[in-house]
Amino acid sequence: MSEKIKFGRSPVFFDPFERRPGPIKKNMHYCPGCGHGILHKLVAEAIDYHGIQGKTMFMVPVGCAVFAYYYFNVGAISVPHGRAPAVGTGVARAVPDSYVISYQGDGDLAAIGFNEFLQAANRGEKISIFFVNNSNYGMTGGQMAPTTLPGQKTATTPFGRNVLTDGFPVHVAEMVNTLTAPVYIERVALTSTARIMNAKKAVFKAIENLKNRKGFSFVEVLAPCPVNLKMTADQINDFIENQMIPEFPLGCIRDRSAEVENGTVPAPPAHDVESVKKVLFPPAMEDAADIKENTSEIFNRELRIKMAGFGGQGILSLGITLANMARLRNFNVSWMPSYGPEQRGGAASCAVIVSRNRIPSPMISKDCDLLIATTQTALDKYVGELKNDGILIYDNTAVTLPELPETMTKVGVDAVGIASRDVGSPKFVNSVLIGVLSVVLEQKGLLNAEDQADFEQAFTAAVREKFGKKPGAVESNAQAFAAGRQGIAK
Amino acid sequence: MAYSNSLMLKGNEAVIHGALIAGCDCYFGYPITPASEVAHSAAKLFPMLNRVFLQAESEIGAINMVMGAAAAGKRTMTASSGLGISLKQEGVSYIAALELPVVIVDITRGGPGLGNIGPEQSDYFQVCKGGGHGSYRCLVLTPNSVQEMCDMARTAFDLAEKYRMPCYIMADGVIGQMMESVRLPEPEDRPYDPEWKMGKAVDGKANIVTSIYLEHNDLEEINRKLQKKYAEVQAAEQRSEELYTDDAELVIVAYGICSRVAAGAIEQLRAEGYKVGMLRPQRVWPFPSDALMKIATNGKCKGFLSVELSAGQMIEDVRLAIECKKPVHLYNRMGGNVPSCDEVVEAAKKVLKEI
Ligand SMILES: Cc1ncc(C[n+]2csc(CCOP(=O)(O)OP(=O)(O)O)c2C)c(N)n1
Ligand code: SF4
Repeated sequence: MSEKIKFGRSPVFFDPFERRPGPIKKNMHYCPGCGHGILHKLVAEAIDYHGIQGKTMFMVPVGCAVFAYYYFNVGAISVPHGRAPAVGTGVARAVPDSYVISYQGDGDLAAIGFNEFLQAANRGEKISIFFVNNSNYGMTGGQMAPTTLPGQKTATTPFGRNVLTDGFPVHVAEMVNTLTAPVYIERVALTSTARIMNAKKAVFKAIENLKNRKGFSFVEVLAPCPVNLKMTADQINDFIENQMIPEFPLGCIRDRSAEVENGTVPAPPAHDVESVKKVLFPPAMEDAADIKENTSEIFNRELRIKMAGFGGQGILSLGITLANMARLRNFNVSWMPSYGPEQRGGAASCAVIVSRNRIPSPMISKDCDLLIATTQTALDKYVGELKNDGILIYDNTAVTLPELPETMTKVGVDAVGIASRDVGSPKFVNSVLIGVLSVVLEQKGLLNAEDQADFEQAFTAAVREKFGKKPGAVESNAQAFAAGRQGIAK
Repeated sequence: MAYSNSLMLKGNEAVIHGALIAGCDCYFGYPITPASEVAHSAAKLFPMLNRVFLQAESEIGAINMVMGAAAAGKRTMTASSGLGISLKQEGVSYIAALELPVVIVDITRGGPGLGNIGPEQSDYFQVCKGGGHGSYRCLVLTPNSVQEMCDMARTAFDLAEKYRMPCYIMADGVIGQMMESVRLPEPEDRPYDPEWKMGKAVDGKANIVTSIYLEHNDLEEINRKLQKKYAEVQAAEQRSEELYTDDAELVIVAYGICSRVAAGAIEQLRAEGYKVGMLRPQRVWPFPSDALMKIATNGKCKGFLSVELSAGQMIEDVRLAIECKKPVHLYNRMGGNVPSCDEVVEAAKKVLKEI
C-alpha cells in the first residue's frame, strides 16, 4: 500500500475538523476506544488511495456516526434512520459517475433499514457499504440490536437477550451471501493490529470495487462500543474475540471482484427538444391541415356516450377510438373508465363526453345520448341512464331487451359474429360497431351530408394514428367498419 | 420531422409527459392503484430518454431515493396514493428540512386504513398540513383536468426549485384515471445544476446536506428561516379560478373532480335563476385565502359550500380564510363515491334556503 496512507492524517479528512461545532476541532466526537474512529480512518485512507475523493458521496446514517461529515471532506447527506441504501441508490442512479458509500450501524442497517439494505444489495447497486456491528444501539444508550448476542444484557434486555422472545443474532454477511448480485462480502474485526490490517485490506477492496464500478460490496466490521457495554478496552477486545467472533466468524464470504468486469457510466439523459418530441409527441398527420368543422345540429351540444360489457371485449378501447375521432375534429373529449368495485367480476364500462365547450364532470349517470351494451348485466345496469330519445346499440346474441320507451332507437347487432365472419377475427368488433353507429346516425338524420362523409374520415384518421406503422391493421379495421355498415343496412 | 402536439392521455400519463417536458431526470416509485399508470408511463418513457426509472422496494425506499437524487442536484419525482403517501411522510419531512426540490404526485383514494381504490380527497390534511414531524410545509397543486395534470408538472418543478421545497401534485383517482384531449406544451432544454448540490466543491470543501442541528438556538433559527420562506410563498403563490363570483350569493369551494361536478351543477342552478358561483383552488397550499376573503366581503356573498370527497378537510381552511365572516357549509361524499351534478344542485338549494 502507498506511503501516504501510513503517516499522518488522510487528506480526505478535514484538518482541523472545522465542521465540528464548539471549541474541540482536533478530535472526533466518539467515545474513547470506539470502533467508529478506526473505521473512519481506514475509509478515508482508501478514498484517498483510490483517488475518488472529488466524486465520493457519503451516506451519513442515524447512529453514533451521524456526524461523520465533520471529518470527511466529501459530498455527504444526513439520511433518515436506516434509509442510507435507498438514498444512496437515488444518488448512484441520478449521478452514475459518483461513488456512493453507505456507512451504517447494526440498528440502522439490520433493524429499521433492513429492507432498504437487502433490496439495494439484491439490485446490485454500485455502492459500497460499511456495516458497524457493535452488538448494540450506541447512540440511544445501549439497547438491544439485531446483532446482540444470546444472553447479552443491554438497556432493553436487562435480564439478557432471551432468544425465545427476542430471537437470535442476525448474521447479516451470511444473509447477503444468499443473494446473487453482490460482488464482495467480508467480515472483519478491529481487536488487534493484525485484525486492523485485515480490515484495511477489506475496506480498500470495497473502495477499489466502487472505483471500478464492479457492483455491490459489503464489509461487516465487528467493532467495540466499550461505553455501552460498560467494559474496559481489554474487556471489550476479549468480548469480541471470545464471544462475537464465534457467533460472527471472520473472513471473506464472497469475492467475485476479479471475475466481474469493470462497470461503465451510462449515456447522459437526453434533454434536447428533438429527442423529447420524438419520444412524447405523435407524428403529424399528413392531412391534418384540412380538418373540417362539423356543422350538424347535434354537435351544438354535449354528446354523452356510454359503453359497457365485460373486460376483454374491447369496450374501453371502443371508447378511446370514439374519443380520438372527436379529438381529431377539435372537440373537447373526456373518457372515463369504470375502475374499482365496478370492475369486479370482469365488468368493464366507460363514459365518453364530446363537447365544443369545457366538459364538466366526465362521469355519466343520466342524460346519456348513446349506450352500447354487449351484456345483459351492462344493459340492465345502464339503460336507465339513457335519454328517452337516446340510441341503444346492443349485442342481440347476448341481450334480451326489457320494455323500453317507444322513442328510443334500439339497434340489435351481432357485431362479434360480423367481425369473425367478414373480417376474420372477433378483435375487430369495435370497428364493426362504429360502422353500425355511422348508419344509425345517418338513418336518424343526425348528421348532415358532409358530416356523414367526415365520420368515416375521422374514423380512418383515428385508426391510422393508432396503427400508423401497421398498414394491415388499418386495412382490416376499414374492412370491419364497412362490414358493420353492411351488416346493419341489411 | 413534423410533430403534432394533440393526443388523448390519462391524467396519470399526462403528468409524466409534463414532467419529462419539464426536464425531470429520475423517477422512483412503488405501484399503487389508482396511481399505477404514472409508474407505467414513467417505466416506458424515462428510459427512452436515457433518464432514470426505478421501481423501489416501497414508498419509503422511493421517497429516500428521490431525496438522494434531489440532493445530488437532479430533477426528480415520485408518485403514490393515500397509504403510500403516509409511508413517505418521514422522508418528506427530511426533504423539507434539507430544502430539496422534489415533486410528489398523489393520486388520492379512499381511506382511512386500506380503504379502497375509489376517489377520495382525504389526503388533504396529510399533504397540506405537514403530514410528517416538524413545522414544515409543502406546495400542493390541484389539477382538475388532464391538461392541467400535464401543465402543472412544469409548474411543480419550477416552484419546487424556486423555493427549494417539496411540491405535491394532488389529484383524485378520477382525474388520474380519466382520459382527455391534451395539447402538449413545447419542450425546451432547461439546464439545471444547483449551486448547493451535495458534493460540489466550494472553497475546497465539498457541499453537504444535513438537517441535524444539536444547538437549540441553531434549530430555532432554521425553523424561523423556513417559516419566513413559507410566508413568502403564501404571499406570492396563491392561485384559484372563479366562476360567477361577482354576483353569487352562494359560493361553492371545490377542487379536483368536485370542481368539475360543481361547474355542471352551477350551470344548472344559473339556468333556474339561482345565484351560485364557485372558487376553485388550483393550489391548496398556499390556500387561496386572499381571493376567498375578497368574495366573503364583496357585499353579495351570503355563504359558502365546501364540496369535498372527505369528511370535511378543506372546509377548515375555508373558514380560516374568511375568518368565519360567513357561514360555511359542507356537502361531501366519501368511500369512493363522487356526487352527481343533481346532488350538488340539491345541496346548494338547501344551503341557499338557510343563508
Ligand atoms: C425513525 C427513528 N427511530 C428511532 C430513532 C432513534 N435512534 C437514533 S440512533 C438509533 C440506533 C442507532 O444504533 P446503530 O445503528 O446500531 O448505530 P450506533 O449508534 O451503534 O453506531 C436509534 C434507534 C431515530 N433517529 N429515528
Ligand atoms: S456509544 Fe459506542 S458506538 Fe457510540 S461513540 Fe460511544 S463507543 Fe462508539
